[in-house]
Amino acid sequence: MKYAVRTAKVIAAAFGLAVIGAPALAQQGLDEPFQKPFKEALAGKTVAYVPVAMNFDLTEGWYAGLKKELEPLGVKFEIRDPNWNTNAGAQAVTSLISEKPAVMVIHNPDVQTYAKLLQRAENEGIYVIQINMGSAYRSSAFVGANWIEIGEKDTEAVVKACQGKSNKIAIVQGALSAAASAYTLKGVENVLAKHPEIKVVSSQAADWDAAKAKAITQTVLKQNPDLCGIVGFWDGMDIGTAAAVKEAGLTGKVFVATSGGGERKGACELVKSGAFDLNMSYDVPTQAAQMAGTIKWLLSSGAKAGSIKGSEYTTLIPITKENADSQTACWNLSDLKK
Amino acid sequence: MKRLRFNQQEIVFAVFALLFLAFSIFLRGFLTPENMLTLLQNVAVLGILGLAMAIVVIGRGIDISLIAALAVPPGLVLQMVQNGHSLPASLLVAVLLTIAFGLVNGWLIAYAEVPSLFATLATGLLLAGLGQAALFQLDVVQWSDGMKGFERLGQGTILGIPTSIVMFAIACVVVAFLLRQTRWGAYIYAIGDNPYAARVTGIPSRPIIVLQYVVAALIGCFAGLVMAASVNSMPTRIFNSTLIYDVILVVVLGGIGLSGGRGGVLNVVIGTLLIGTMLNGMTIMDISYAGQNLVKGVVLLLAVITDSFLNPRNEETAQQGDI
Repeated sequence: MKYAVRTAKVIAAAFGLAVIGAPALAQQGLDEPFQKPFKEALAGKTVAYVPVAMNFDLTEGWYAGLKKELEPLGVKFEIRDPNWNTNAGAQAVTSLISEKPAVMVIHNPDVQTYAKLLQRAENEGIYVIQINMGSAYRSSAFVGANWIEIGEKDTEAVVKACQGKSNKIAIVQGALSAAASAYTLKGVENVLAKHPEIKVVSSQAADWDAAKAKAITQTVLKQNPDLCGIVGFWDGMDIGTAAAVKEAGLTGKVFVATSGGGERKGACELVKSGAFDLNMSYDVPTQAAQMAGTIKWLLSSGAKAGSIKGSEYTTLIPITKENADSQTACWNLSDLKK
Repeated sequence: MKRLRFNQQEIVFAVFALLFLAFSIFLRGFLTPENMLTLLQNVAVLGILGLAMAIVVIGRGIDISLIAALAVPPGLVLQMVQNGHSLPASLLVAVLLTIAFGLVNGWLIAYAEVPSLFATLATGLLLAGLGQAALFQLDVVQWSDGMKGFERLGQGTILGIPTSIVMFAIACVVVAFLLRQTRWGAYIYAIGDNPYAARVTGIPSRPIIVLQYVVAALIGCFAGLVMAASVNSMPTRIFNSTLIYDVILVVVLGGIGLSGGRGGVLNVVIGTLLIGTMLNGMTIMDISYAGQNLVKGVVLLLAVITDSFLNPRNEETAQQGDI
């Protein structure tokens, strides 16, 4: 009897109510069984973020991206800013281990300093995600640029631009202690090994400092006015490299390749102005999204910290004159912060 | 019999001359007019900062906050223009900030009688922190379209000479004039030589000390503008670098004693030339970073050791506050 009534109702609904637009009644909702445990796994958890310093495009971009993804899920997002001080960073990581956040997002200043600490953190059950600059310890996840690939791509472009020219190139490295700089140099060497005709007239460290990069490049250009290309290791520093090239009146004649996070003012604008010929971007918003995805996956998986380990190398975006005008090649920090 | 004596200025000049000669003979491409200009251009900002430091050191003080004055007000100019303010208005705000900063430094040292080393260490951190926390969006403040034309302060040439060298020369002339031709300059030497005697003779020593720090901050800001114009951006993180030691080095190496009252613009020029020659020669030789530091250290040690052999300190010339 009851069944008949219900059937009648259903028929009535199908023929009558559907007309006034309430099809929901026609069907019972279906509970998706996994979203509740997902929400529960994330709500109230703490994610701690330790960059090498705030206030520059990469770390601000990651921060804004992670915050946007995690806070709506009820995740507490904390930041410890060591402001370029490696000791302060190590202390921050140490004190975090005792505070036991669920996840630590770590941007290493070098390969060794945090390695042991990160291992301890995972033994204590904290997931560790390392970003852009990894340490000697392989943790649950690495999200970041492949520096060797950046060095290779930049050098390949410079070598190509040098064809039929003097074959003299210069290399402007970052800080010698930084793994990112050493890895990039390895990539440069990989390509140069295949091109014995290329002569490196200068390979010096400018300490990520634009003024130093400019001074070195000026001297090198005076000694080798027929230089055909420069491989720079970071766009923030290579503003100086490009300024030296411009002052020597060699813009367009000396191919300047560099890399960076792809923030509009630091990357696309400078490529458009002709300061850089190639800027390999490791697209910070995508990196932030990948980190957030990894955090969600790890927390909802329930896997034991350190029991699974993987890497997510960023797909690089080569920014050249062709795509520097497009909306998607670069990103704006102000938009990401909204 | 009179013993032959050299002062530090002459020793450093001799080291510079030797180095210069050696590079000229052995290093192809060193002694060319273009390279000479590059050499000077690369140390012009350091030289301008050296002048600011010299004024303070001659007055028996030290200004550790100079790099903050170099980084923050010029960074503010770039940031304000980026945010849509006009260039003259931004420059005015930056100059006012610099003067206020110099006044705070001077007041702390002259009136509150805080030792200059600690006072400027703290105020430098304060200004740099203020910049980072409240003024700048990012560490590296980028050039924007509103700054168009201003880059000529640090790029291009005037009568064939790179602009930053001309700026250094102008700064040298202005500071030399202030120190040697004005009463105010004479007062600084008097205060540096003996602050108590200076006060007793009726020199308004406190206002003069305040003025020293204001002028130093303004010169620091000027150096920052030249630097920003030359690299088309202001890397404000330079505050965390070791630049301040290079500045002190230029001053002390040039022969301006930290005990005050001695030296002048010529000393800064000599100190700057020595550093510039070393850096340039080593860049041409493509010496590694570690090697460069080693050479720098050895040359500087040699200069200082030679000085202390030839001019040993004694009770008579040593003063309290000597470093």
